[in-house]
Amino acid sequence: MSSSEDDEEEVRVPLSQRQEWSDVEPIPQDDGPDPVVSIAYTDEFRETMDYFRAVFAADERSTRALELTAEVIDLNAGNYTVWHFRRLILESLQSDLQEEIKFIELVANKATYKNYQIWHHRRWVAEKLGTIATTSELQFTQKVLCLDAKNYHAWSHRQWALQALGGWENELEYCRELLEVDIFNNSAWNQRYFVITKSPFLGGLQAMRDSEVSFCTNAITKNPDNESPWRYLRGLYKGNNEAFVNDPAISKVCICVLEKNRNCVFALSLLLDLLCYGFQPTPDLNRILSTWGFSGSDQKYANFVCLILEKVDPMRARYWIWRRDSLPSHIC
Amino acid sequence: MGELEIEKHTQFITSIEKKKDFDSMVMEHLRMSGAYWGLTALDLMGKLDAVDREEVVSWVLQCQHDRGGFSGNIGHDPHILYTLSAVQILALLDKLDAIDADKISAYIEGLQQEDGSFAGDEWGEIDTRFSYCAVCCLSILRRLDKIDVGKAISYVASCKNFDGGFGCTPGGESHSGQIFCCVSALAISGALTHVDRDLLGWWLCERQVKSGGLNGRPEKLADVCYSWWVLSSLTIIDRVHWIDKEKLKTFILDCQDKEHGGISDRPDDAVDVFHTFFGIAGLSLLEYPGLKPLDPAYALPVHVVDRLIFGQPHKQQP
Ligand SMILES: [Zn+2]
Repeated sequence: MSSSEDDEEEVRVPLSQRQEWSDVEPIPQDDGPDPVVSIAYTDEFRETMDYFRAVFAADERSTRALELTAEVIDLNAGNYTVWHFRRLILESLQSDLQEEIKFIELVANKATYKNYQIWHHRRWVAEKLGTIATTSELQFTQKVLCLDAKNYHAWSHRQWALQALGGWENELEYCRELLEVDIFNNSAWNQRYFVITKSPFLGGLQAMRDSEVSFCTNAITKNPDNESPWRYLRGLYKGNNEAFVNDPAISKVCICVLEKNRNCVFALSLLLDLLCYGFQPTPDLNRILSTWGFSGSDQKYANFVCLILEKVDPMRARYWIWRRDSLPSHIC
Repeated sequence: MGELEIEKHTQFITSIEKKKDFDSMVMEHLRMSGAYWGLTALDLMGKLDAVDREEVVSWVLQCQHDRGGFSGNIGHDPHILYTLSAVQILALLDKLDAIDADKISAYIEGLQQEDGSFAGDEWGEIDTRFSYCAVCCLSILRRLDKIDVGKAISYVASCKNFDGGFGCTPGGESHSGQIFCCVSALAISGALTHVDRDLLGWWLCERQVKSGGLNGRPEKLADVCYSWWVLSSLTIIDRVHWIDKEKLKTFILDCQDKEHGGISDRPDDAVDVFHTFFGIAGLSLLEYPGLKPLDPAYALPVHVVDRLIFGQPHKQQP
């Protein structure tokens, strides 16, 4: 497949010299005087577009028109009108959509996986194919995420495929694998949350909470400067601050990190949240804060933590000042 | 850090239309958005007179289809993205009376789905970007009542994540661009109560990195366009003072091509009209001297929004 593609690149025959196109009058683009052509292959681009305009205007839904859309897409995969027209042709010709899946992979390989049109087209095809596409969609997105683990389109497509076609069984394990490769991958953390809250097999957030807290606090301990698990931890207790503050694992990871790095912004910020939710200071916390010169008698703990944050995170000092100004009155 | 090179950027923007190189051909299908970026940037700099308004309007009108939507250029299919750009351009040029607003509204109404979301066009791609396009466009046309606003709001709200941000569909990762769309859509439809301002504000201000620029998601590189999306969202929820504005200003100014004009995504990269607009728009929100103020939700100059939506001068949105 790749060799025929290479061949075509070398010996491309202009459309104007191809027998099968002799009956078509190309339509040039009508925006202004003759352009100055600065790059060699613009001639090919222009000619292909001119012929496309002609078949598009004639609404010609033929095999040759389908092939022509492939040529246009090859030159500019971002042209959404060509993709639209291609779908109309595929529908009219009742083409084999498994072949279309192969075509998309070819285009995606050559163009970019950050192209909206390719993903939208893929979704359209997979939707038509139904559950027989489950595996292919999960594999395709996995392949793309292998190259770019944060590709927004790929994640979006994968979430759609899971919900529309199924295939949830190994998704939590897949998230674990990706996080093993890169624990900083926020997309994989997001997918993990998606799985534990939406998978029909896992029983939901409540059922998953303890094991997730353990997974998450492990990740934090290994890399305390990683924003994602700190937010994930809060997400596990979303809307339930009391349970959050009463889970000893939460304050423990916070104190543990601060023991090793008293400047860690994320740990300090979680500590601040805990105090705001009513956390009662422990001897460990007193010891840590005393290294910052905290005596415990003259001001609130939370107030002091805010002052530290203003110092260690000067770019967001105004945020921490606001937090200090809006501390609840009844807390430590 | 230097100054904003207003003359050079004006030259850069007005020369784009004359260029006919490969890049401009590849971009040909989204010319409508390109025109919106360029024209709005020019107006913010007080240079809108550098273009022939009549010529622009007549071209925009040629891109409208029978069904009411606009395409990215002549000879393309209509799409909600370009419909918004077209309406924004006409609003900017004070030429909304040249179009049939009911027809456009009917087109947008037809794209709303049962769950309140919006498709980008007849092919059914769903994304909160399109919810923003729909709400913004109809608000400009003063026809928000043509859609089910309640459902539109609840769909956007359903895309809110545990970190306070928003994604493209329910469960999609928080992303500054999607957050701009969702927060703006909620602001325009008077539903900012669905935004957890403090939680989202903190997530957004965490996007500022050492260079002063802002990124779109954790662990990503700072970028001028993301800086705008974060900045406008922070402005709408009234938390913009949580970032270091001076550092961001410096970052944007460092992304200028001081010789040929234009602004790039990061210092020393190639410039384009997209980042030129977002750079100037960002500086406008940062109250850079000499630039007109920009409305963060409509992404149009405040004087235009005042004229259209409020019919009179108004105070900055809360
Ligand atoms: Zn960018």
